[in-house]
Amino acid sequence: MLEHKDLVEEIKVIVFRLVDEEYGVEVSQVRSIEKMQNITRVPRTPEFVKGVINLRGVVTPIIDLKTRFNLGDENYTDATRIIIVAVEDMEVGLIVDAANDVIDIPVNSIVQPPAVVGGIQKAYLRGVAKLEERLLIMLNLDKVLSSEEIQAMANLER
Amino acid sequence: MDMNQYLDMFIEESKEHLQAINESLLALEQSPQALDIVNVVFRSAHTLKGMAATMGFEKMTHLTHEMENGLDLMRNGKLAVTLDVMDVLFRCVDILESQLTAIIETGSDAEISVDEQVELVKAVIAGKPVSPTSAAQVASETGAVLEESAAVVDFNEYESTILQQSQEKGFTAYKLTVTLAEKCVMRAARAYMVFDAIERLGEIIKSEPRVEDLEEEKFDRGFMLVVLTKEEEETLKNTALGVSEVETVDIQVVTSLQNDVVVAQQEVAATAVAAAPIIAPTPELKVEAPQAQQKTALPTDHKKSQLGKSVRVDIERLDVLINLFSELVIDRTRLESIARELNNQDLVETVEHMSRISTDLQNIVMTIRMVPVETVFNRFPRMVRDLARDLNKKVDFIIRGQETELDRTVIDEIGDPLVHLLRNALDHGLESPEVRLANGKDEVGKVELIAFHSGNHVFIEISEDGAGIDRQKVLRKALERGIVDAQTAETLPDSQVFDLIFHSGFSTADKISDVSGRGVGLDVVKTKIESLGGRVLVQSTPGKGTKFSIQLPLTLSIIQAMLVQIADEKYAIPLSSIIETAIIKKSDIKRVHKQAVIDFRGSVVPLLSLEEIFSIPRQELSELDEQNVVIVRKGDKMAALVVDSFIGQQEVVLKSLGKYLTGSVMAISGATILGDGQVALIMDCNALIQ
Repeated sequence: MLEHKDLVEEIKVIVFRLVDEEYGVEVSQVRSIEKMQNITRVPRTPEFVKGVINLRGVVTPIIDLKTRFNLGDENYTDATRIIIVAVEDMEVGLIVDAANDVIDIPVNSIVQPPAVVGGIQKAYLRGVAKLEERLLIMLNLDKVLSSEEIQAMANLER
Repeated sequence: MDMNQYLDMFIEESKEHLQAINESLLALEQSPQALDIVNVVFRSAHTLKGMAATMGFEKMTHLTHEMENGLDLMRNGKLAVTLDVMDVLFRCVDILESQLTAIIETGSDAEISVDEQVELVKAVIAGKPVSPTSAAQVASETGAVLEESAAVVDFNEYESTILQQSQEKGFTAYKLTVTLAEKCVMRAARAYMVFDAIERLGEIIKSEPRVEDLEEEKFDRGFMLVVLTKEEEETLKNTALGVSEVETVDIQVVTSLQNDVVVAQQEVAATAVAAAPIIAPTPELKVEAPQAQQKTALPTDHKKSQLGKSVRVDIERLDVLINLFSELVIDRTRLESIARELNNQDLVETVEHMSRISTDLQNIVMTIRMVPVETVFNRFPRMVRDLARDLNKKVDFIIRGQETELDRTVIDEIGDPLVHLLRNALDHGLESPEVRLANGKDEVGKVELIAFHSGNHVFIEISEDGAGIDRQKVLRKALERGIVDAQTAETLPDSQVFDLIFHSGFSTADKISDVSGRGVGLDVVKTKIESLGGRVLVQSTPGKGTKFSIQLPLTLSIIQAMLVQIADEKYAIPLSSIIETAIIKKSDIKRVHKQAVIDFRGSVVPLLSLEEIFSIPRQELSELDEQNVVIVRKGDKMAALVVDSFIGQQEVVLKSLGKYLTGSVMAISGATILGDGQVALIMDCNALIQ
């Protein structure tokens, strides 16, 4: 039995916090974690698009995940971080309340999410990882950052 | 030896040679008598064979070898340039191209069979020899049997053409028979010295034995050479005698040859006509042929020497260079502002100097990226030729301005849209020869592809003298597809009707051919051009033809811009769309249909508030009497943009907003990084002016 458990596939995830919940994204999708910095506003974009930053010479769009999922007002503190993620050769920065942990989780600990978790629609979730003491909400970044999403949101705003 | 490192080079060079062969074959088809063109093809084929053999591509070697055989006969006037021969040669090039593609993809040419083609080449060579003795002559040539007694100089047609031309230009041909001293040890070296000395006085067009044999000392004591010069007979003789160990120099003027040559040429022409139909055997062509040869003979030599001076650079490395340079431009701008703040004389001077150098550097870096459109255009003549044959249309295809340069990134993308437009011009634009004759036009249609610079843009135009766009036909189709409704259809001006053909799902061809697509053509062209920051326009006159104009930006990466500030935000406005900046009084603003307008140099210009358009947040409201405006334009339409202040004019590096936002942001074409590291957005004035 022990042996079998050792063979279970594990993935490395970055843990970040939005309000009171903990979320996870796979390390393979994360390019870097940046401190909060001055963001240039881009007009006529959905509210959750905070603008763009100069990330070592590359202009990178930044979105606020809390605004994106209606989880409350933005209040940037010293703990606020920008997680730069890459999805299908497109790089986007996600503003989160804190990012401070990298952990390994067994793939089989991820279960199908209920319809809504912490105010986020099931469609944007990959699942929920149940660990000994914590509950990690795994985001489906491909869906969160899909171009249809932003187009649809942009049209709503207009 | 591991050949992989040479593979890239092989592929690149093979592409060049195949292109050269293609071009020359097309030229040859136009003037079948121009034997110097055959020589160019022969050289390319020969080089290709050598390269393929070195790389171990046997099938490619095999095919090029057969081509070479055929071409060798052609350049010696033993094989006529007929339609059949040309077709076989073109097919050879096609096969070579597919072999090259196979090599790029799989690293081997083994998959593509050449046997059939090799047989064809052999059949053409064997089947229609112009002179019955050619086989024997080839044998004697390859065997390198040399005639000792050079009483009669035996010129091949190529040589005699040169001879004839230069004699017309006032050169005299001398035949020099040089005999070296009996005891001479280094005969090859002496022969070389004689050649060297004579070449300073004129051009050596022939030698016996051949130069290669002379170099390898494959001769006894004497050799013969024919030289074209304007020098005196005596000077030549003395020069040759000036070389040590030269015993005697016998010199003769070659004069009687002229007649022989003419006779020989006529013979070839006559037999060729008898053997098979020559391409375009019009009398005018024959008269023109020598002139054409004169023109083409020189440039080939020039081209060769230019090639030697260039260096092949990987595009990726070039892109890295450009990116690094962009970073440098950002730092330069930053240094400039620091120097201004510190106001230290030395620092200011050093920074100014650095700015000048980096401006020069920038120009060079940008020109490295510039590539002549020729690299795209050169594959079109062949395409048009094949297409015209498939469609049974007669086309005179003219290319002009192929030296016009465009940014590499644009060049890479422009090929497909142009192919589409050319196919469109041939398929839909030009009428069939019968229809053209019936309409009183020349049965040969004219298709022109022209590129030229104008301001910050490059224009590429494709025009033909075909039937023009049928307004009614377009409207009928548009109604069928529900693109317009019947009411508006009647009132639309021609230009808007023609624009309908760019609508997706549109094709006016009565029958779907495999040449023009199934209605997925022109809208793709338009999207592509617009994604490059360009525009497509169409003009058409019924019965006279249609013209597509493509307007493209010269470069994509660095632009001149005016930085402006509105509240706390900075924006860059491309200088190319700014007419001027002005200060207006509040009292000058008038209202027309709720739209604020100002009077600008006699014309009424709408006043746009960027603050409103971009919903820029403002902390404190200021009530000033005067407002700063930037007058921008799109075509002949203008608009005045209200800004708080002008920061200044500077060069900015255009960057994309990131894939996530691309396409969803209105009136912003991109972003740039300022000297302080902050991002400023670049306004798209075209989108602001409606």
